[in-house]
Amino acid sequence: MQFDPFVIPFNIGLYFILIYVVVRSVIWFRDLSRPDKLRLQRGFFGNAFVQSLKEIFLESLIHRKILKTNLRLGYMHMSLAFGWFLLILFGTIEADIFGAKHLNAPYKAIFFRFFNPDHGRMGIEAAYGFLMDLNLAFILSGLFLAVSKRFFSRVVGMKKTTRLKAVDRIALTSLWLIFPSRLLAESFTCGAYGTGSFLTGSLGSWLASFLPAQQMAYPFWLLYSLSLGTFFILLPITRYMHIPTELFLIFMRNSGIKTGDKAGTYSEVQAYSCSSCGICINACQLNFSAGITNIQSAYLMKAIRNNDDVSDIAHNCLMCGRCDQNCPVGIELSPIRMIQIRGGEAENYFRNIYKGYFRSQQSVTVEKSNGSAAYNFLPETNQKKADVLFFAGCMTHLSPTIKNSMIKILDASGVNYSFIDEQGGVCCGRPLMLAGQDKEARELVNYNSQMIWKSGAHTLVTSCPICYKVFKESYYLDIEVLHHTQFIKNLIDEGSVKLNFLRKNVVYHSPCDLGRGSGVYNEPREVLKHVSRLEKSKFEDENSLCCGGSLGNMKISYQKKNKIARDAAAELTKGNPDILATACPLCKKTFSSATETRVADISEIVAEALMHQTVKKNTCRQVNSIKELAGIS
Amino acid sequence: MNGNVIVIGAGIAGMEAAGQLAKAGYLVTLLEKEEEAGGHLNNWYHLFPDRRNGDEVIKYLKDQIDNDNITFLNGTRIDNLEKSKKEFIIKTNRAKEICADAIVVATGFDLFRSERKEEYGYGIYDNVITSVDLEKMFREGDISLINGNVPNTIGMVHCVGSRDEKVGNPYCSKLCCVTAVKQAIEIRENIPESKVFCFYMDMRMGGALYEELYMEAQEKYGINFIRGKVSEVGESFNHKLIVKVEDTLAGRPLKMEIDLLVLMAGMEISEGSKKTGKLLGLKTGENRFFQSRDNHYGSNLSNIDGVFYAGTCTSPMNISETISHARAAVLEVMDYLKNDRK
Amino acid sequence: MIGNNMDKFGYSISKGRQINYEANDRKIAEYIYENEPSFRLCIECGGCSATCTTGNLTKFSLRELFVLIKRGENDQIWQNLKKCMLCGKCTLVCPRGVNTRNIVVLARQAFQKSNDYAI
Repeated sequence: MQFDPFVIPFNIGLYFILIYVVVRSVIWFRDLSRPDKLRLQRGFFGNAFVQSLKEIFLESLIHRKILKTNLRLGYMHMSLAFGWFLLILFGTIEADIFGAKHLNAPYKAIFFRFFNPDHGRMGIEAAYGFLMDLNLAFILSGLFLAVSKRFFSRVVGMKKTTRLKAVDRIALTSLWLIFPSRLLAESFTCGAYGTGSFLTGSLGSWLASFLPAQQMAYPFWLLYSLSLGTFFILLPITRYMHIPTELFLIFMRNSGIKTGDKAGTYSEVQAYSCSSCGICINACQLNFSAGITNIQSAYLMKAIRNNDDVSDIAHNCLMCGRCDQNCPVGIELSPIRMIQIRGGEAENYFRNIYKGYFRSQQSVTVEKSNGSAAYNFLPETNQKKADVLFFAGCMTHLSPTIKNSMIKILDASGVNYSFIDEQGGVCCGRPLMLAGQDKEARELVNYNSQMIWKSGAHTLVTSCPICYKVFKESYYLDIEVLHHTQFIKNLIDEGSVKLNFLRKNVVYHSPCDLGRGSGVYNEPREVLKHVSRLEKSKFEDENSLCCGGSLGNMKISYQKKNKIARDAAAELTKGNPDILATACPLCKKTFSSATETRVADISEIVAEALMHQTVKKNTCRQVNSIKELAGIS
Repeated sequence: MNGNVIVIGAGIAGMEAAGQLAKAGYLVTLLEKEEEAGGHLNNWYHLFPDRRNGDEVIKYLKDQIDNDNITFLNGTRIDNLEKSKKEFIIKTNRAKEICADAIVVATGFDLFRSERKEEYGYGIYDNVITSVDLEKMFREGDISLINGNVPNTIGMVHCVGSRDEKVGNPYCSKLCCVTAVKQAIEIRENIPESKVFCFYMDMRMGGALYEELYMEAQEKYGINFIRGKVSEVGESFNHKLIVKVEDTLAGRPLKMEIDLLVLMAGMEISEGSKKTGKLLGLKTGENRFFQSRDNHYGSNLSNIDGVFYAGTCTSPMNISETISHARAAVLEVMDYLKNDRK
Repeated sequence: MIGNNMDKFGYSISKGRQINYEANDRKIAEYIYENEPSFRLCIECGGCSATCTTGNLTKFSLRELFVLIKRGENDQIWQNLKKCMLCGKCTLVCPRGVNTRNIVVLARQAFQKSNDYAI
């Protein structure tokens, strides 16, 4: 009795999914760019492979990151993933050791008890049975949480859980059925034969006391096989595809592959790796402050998988990067969103169920708003020579205190500088990029680059994190680019400026583009500590909030932006600081209308702390003013 | 007549209400946080539309409260305010417990703090001032720049802190337009050779004789009116102010160097009102001013029986409206004490 | 009869001068209204065009552009629309909280979608 027809659904499902995964991997590999292929090959024989195995164990099975952020949610994922893994592992070992022969077909391990109902009466067999029952109980406890989460999402400490489509529901139901049907099938068999351990054994003998266990067992074994088979077949077109895909993702990431700025294998693998766990939804301020609940990254990933038109979802985002920071799978959510934004509106696809199986790449039709050169009106640049350039940025001009403070600090430092956009400059290009118009942005980038090259400067200082990020990432400048907080930190370290200590309590808000966007966390803090008493808030560094003023979001109304700002400001000023400090003119502007606490840029605080005797007027600037006065330009 | 009434705030509304109540025979306690009664009127030299001296109105009001039925407590701040049954008990910093049957809230407005509109440079550039600063200069008879020079080109920016979502005040303060016109005329009278430019979004001259004043400003005083919202103010290397504005009627951006820039600060509910409102549990509307029980026939009624509003704590008003509103409040108080309270 | 006389009597505006409100195609304005309702809130104060970098360098006025779109005077706009750098200063300045950046993007989209203006 080594085969029974009820195992057929399971067998079909299993072999289907194995073949599918192989085919899919080949297609993915084929679509990789040449350098990425090389990376992957190198990774396979190198450190990346070992690294990945470790990560797969920690993240895909144990779910360490989710455990860290949310214990109950983490336990749910861990019990299902790790528990199932152990069940398969121990099941295979059981079948191998206690079965009729070694190296069995997979179904024999899965349905071991059906084929060996007498097994497990005593000794080591019974101990092993105990282990298997323990495992099953572990999974069932997680399943219990998962079912509760579906109906009452607060059980696992989540405010919102992801919404499902129909196929997902079927897959979900089959997933839910797998373990209870196994429990009942095993219990009935055990009940009939008087075997089984604490779970299956006791449940079995209880059931057998009033039910015909022998006859009842078979339907449940069939149900077990059917639900496994259904789940495997539906896997590729549901979110559960994340289970096998995440393994690829981890390996690809460890091999050094990056999302880049075009859709491709890696972005697709990432979209499929999203388990819709909903942590990004919980982290999103659009959700918890503005009440916008349908645009978060989990939904974006789902829409990408389903080949839906994502243009509306994609644009409605602050681009603050809080979801990237929180994603337990480590998906580069914002770069993927940028790809979608750049792609523009997608055409409506003819969609059917096969589409989910036989699709290679996201094929997004690019519909560009304008193509021809638009900025030919920009004036010829005529940049003076200087060592240090100061680029205030558009937003700084609407926040003149920052501008004046920087002039004060620059004058005090005695460096030979030139204020390149003193009379108002040309946009750095990042706002266009955020709107997906990279080609147009390139024109502005070239224009500003030329001006910077002509100056012969070795350092470029900017007050605006938005400009800073784009200067760093998208300009090809061979000079040092500094945000003013970094520049001020250098001045303090060199002793070029002498500062008083202000007896003020300050809380620091890390701007998105400076902090999460560019990784500048320490310098602003150091500067603030130097001149004031820096307090801690609940939202520090990677976890800092977005002010809501972001240029990334094109869709959100002013009222909602303001709501986000008010909520964020309220959180930050809980300790009643004297000053809410930030390092971005846009954050400053946004917060100013959202709180009663004084909002100030770090440069303002530093300018206040400047010791007056140390002010050495910059000679260059004076000469220039005199020239201008005399009408020489 | 019997009954004790507390009037909170001795500005125009509070003084008028106290005076009228006293005349009707009620015992009034008039509370004022400042030393001097008169409120914002003390900062004003001449009044629109007829440009009479503000002191005349103050004198009238002071005569009003010169009544044996009124106890005027200046320098007084309310520490606590309770309603027990139908009686109000107020504790003040002067350690005196005052009981009353009704309260008139006449806590008024504050001027918008112009430094909140950072791009206009108040508190950053020395020669950016507010309408109140200018009024002080009128009183002193010395309109000058920070360096002592007499300004030649003067700009008036309308709608600073009014009709501006970005500072949270979408409403119109109603009086800044006419104030700008009045002050523009006075600048020209003080400095005949000066040029004055008013930058406005809409000229809202809705009061009696306002439009006439506007016409006079154009015809007789040659004030220039430019339709456009100032987006930002900068400073040139020779310390002149540069105003960025679009001349929307000409359809082109205008860049103008100006010696003195006057910001027409709008009106917001005062800090004192907010505090009183919190103590009493008074409802505020979307514009953060106190919300009346009915817009048309109950503008003096609050959401609490026995508490009445008078004046600009409910919305921006000019002096004549404030006085009328205060008198209407007195009628409501009397009606309440005679009929409802029984 | 009277109608004919009226024509001669100064009720006619020469074709080139008039904004033919009935005949003009306001689909683009409608498209923007639908997707960005704050477009209706503009009071033409000119704050946006005052702060605008592009507007200071070339003949481009966001305020004027908005009015023309609302009137359906689309012919003059398309070339100008491309000049915007989307820097967002206008959005920051606007006293009415109009989402100006989105309006520019939507206008570009609308022009792109309408057959008359497709490149």
